[in-house]
Amino acid sequence: MRQHVRSAILGVILLTLLTGCIFPLGLFAVGRLLFRDQADGSLLTRGGIVIGSQLIGQDFTRPQYFHPRPSAAGTGYDGASSGGTNFGPSNPKLIEDIRRLAEEYGRNNGLPPDAIIPIDAVTRSGSGLDPHISPANAALQVARVAHARALSEDAVRRLLSENTQGRQLGFLGSPRVSVLDLNLALDRTAPFTAR
Amino acid sequence: MRWVEYIVFLTLVIGMAWPVGLYVARVFGGTPTFLDPVLCPVESLLYRLLGVRRNREMSARRYTLCFLLFSAVSTVGLFLLLVAQRWLPGGPADRYLTTPMTWDLAANTAISFSTTTTWQAYGGETTLRYLTQLVGLVSQNFLAGAAGLALGIAFIRGFSRERSATIGNFWVGLIRGLLWILLPVALLGSLVVMWQGVPLNMAPYTEAHTLEGGVQTIAQGPVAALEFIKNLGTNGGGFFNANGAHPYENPTPLASFLGLLAIAVLPASLTITFGHMTGRPRAGWVLLVVMVVLFIGGLALCDFAEAATPSQLADLHVSGGNMEGKETRFGIGSSVLAAVVTSNGATGSYNSMHGSYQPVGVLVPLMNMLLGEVVFGGLGTGLYGMIMIAMVAVFLGGLMVGRTPEYLGKKITGAETRLAVLYALLTSKVVLILTGLALATVAGRAGLVTNGGARGFTEVLFAYASSMANNGQTMAGLNANSAFYNVTTAVAMLAGRFGLAALALALAGRFAVQRRWPTTAGTLPSDSIMFGILVLGTILLVGALSFLPALALGPLAEALQR
Repeated sequence: MRQHVRSAILGVILLTLLTGCIFPLGLFAVGRLLFRDQADGSLLTRGGIVIGSQLIGQDFTRPQYFHPRPSAAGTGYDGASSGGTNFGPSNPKLIEDIRRLAEEYGRNNGLPPDAIIPIDAVTRSGSGLDPHISPANAALQVARVAHARALSEDAVRRLLSENTQGRQLGFLGSPRVSVLDLNLALDRTAPFTAR
Repeated sequence: MRWVEYIVFLTLVIGMAWPVGLYVARVFGGTPTFLDPVLCPVESLLYRLLGVRRNREMSARRYTLCFLLFSAVSTVGLFLLLVAQRWLPGGPADRYLTTPMTWDLAANTAISFSTTTTWQAYGGETTLRYLTQLVGLVSQNFLAGAAGLALGIAFIRGFSRERSATIGNFWVGLIRGLLWILLPVALLGSLVVMWQGVPLNMAPYTEAHTLEGGVQTIAQGPVAALEFIKNLGTNGGGFFNANGAHPYENPTPLASFLGLLAIAVLPASLTITFGHMTGRPRAGWVLLVVMVVLFIGGLALCDFAEAATPSQLADLHVSGGNMEGKETRFGIGSSVLAAVVTSNGATGSYNSMHGSYQPVGVLVPLMNMLLGEVVFGGLGTGLYGMIMIAMVAVFLGGLMVGRTPEYLGKKITGAETRLAVLYALLTSKVVLILTGLALATVAGRAGLVTNGGARGFTEVLFAYASSMANNGQTMAGLNANSAFYNVTTAVAMLAGRFGLAALALALAGRFAVQRRWPTTAGTLPSDSIMFGILVLGTILLVGALSFLPALALGPLAEALQR
């Protein structure tokens, strides 16, 4: 018995060293060497300033930008407090929210009242940091963005298709548009001065 | 397209089960493997340091005792680390750690991680330091997973041996599983998910200056160290609050898909290991087929529920499936697949919020956990979960044909049946009693901060089902960080881990002592389709008898509401 207690205590200590210290250190050594950019969080810089992460959604409200999905992370796209609404489908608060979000979306994009809205535009993601929107959602925003930037809709649509990703390996996940990538591409093509 | 993903997934699981299962059998059978030159010296060193004599075998009782001791020391060690984390150096900065580490949260978390439940009553980025996550949680993801595997292997030995007083050595099982299986696979898998974008740093939270001139704080950390082993060890607790939905945890559909394979392949392959070690390969395949049938049933139902446009939004002109709580990159398909795999695999690493699933969509993960995680299941524990219910099936079959029931040449007498029935009953008793207690008390009802009514009931039932099944996923509408839930879910986790393991190992010990009786004309063949159907029927029957009333009050009632 005493022998087993000793083995248990030593076992937890030594194996914790092996798996909780040596393993991560080894991974640090190899992983950071091979995948430096990813290891740092896939951060994007512009003029030496970190403007966000390639992987983490950020909020956009101006008409010149494509808008991401609504977010429940903190007060919206809080990268230090991820999460969803956790509202059940029959929760009146959820249905009320979606109704309001659909109205806002229609108003912002000048849609007719009977326009069909892609559901990702009016629902909040699980992380609240979803960097993507569906191609259908992006397509409905093209006219607004083009008008606000004095670009032709075709030019915006071209940028949109360049920034649309298909399913990974052809069958995994869903087609999607990275909002930050697309907006950066817009800024490069047709800069505008914010007031 | 969703079905292509589902089919590719199942094909890979079934295809890999055979080679992996044979490899596992080699590792624990002591047959040489290609990793021996590197690992044998480490193994010998560990035995020497721990004072383990590798050839000294243990009785079932002693094996259980060692497992309990190891888990107890793990729990205490993790508890102390969690309580002491305020003095640990390194990020993240104190101002982001908004959830206080109370004693009950620390105890709940320690028990949760040492039982592979990894239920999280906290949000990672608002509660834990990087060092706590690395030294405390990453290590327990390995250790508790390996301990579960050692239990599963010992259980198999009960069937593969005859007239033996012992079922192996716990320390040898633990260390070989760790060195030969979990560590190498986790190392490779972690590198692949890093390539896909999972970060690994000790940097402070990033202050990003967004395009619109705002400031966004982005949580960082050594995420990649946890990300793969949490799935491989069938633990599942996330680095961040949103777990697998967080883009840093699963940046791409491929990362998520590989994580799901890591959950399912090893437990599925243990059926093959079982068949191989007992010399009845077909019996192993039959169990795997039963698992796959149940898996497909749940997947089809969940997909059907989530892919339809929510009926509650019928008058709103929206199109698409239920995307509330789901990520665009996963869509419905990868989200549903993750929900079904994680709930079957005793792994809480969902990539969408089950709290926002449709009633029928949430019924599937809930039922998967309530059935006792028999479809693939936890590492090691899933196999004995499946075989324990097969014992009940054999007993029922024996009653029907009027002979002493037996399975793989082992007679199932009164004592064995009692153990199997106790095992089958324990889950329903613990889950239903605790659910009742929570709903009957003010402290329990206080957790229902987001949803009420039938949904609230489902959330509570889900919490205890998840704890008891050592799964750890949650319908996060329930606020479970209170003394009441921290204590009661811990009780369920302990019962689900140690209560069930003790019963399973006791049965294995009894079988190891028995001789293997020859097959006669009166034996119910345990490697036929008919036997598979009998096991399937028993699983559904026991599940329905135990839980239908509770399900009627929760997801079924909600589904019928309009």
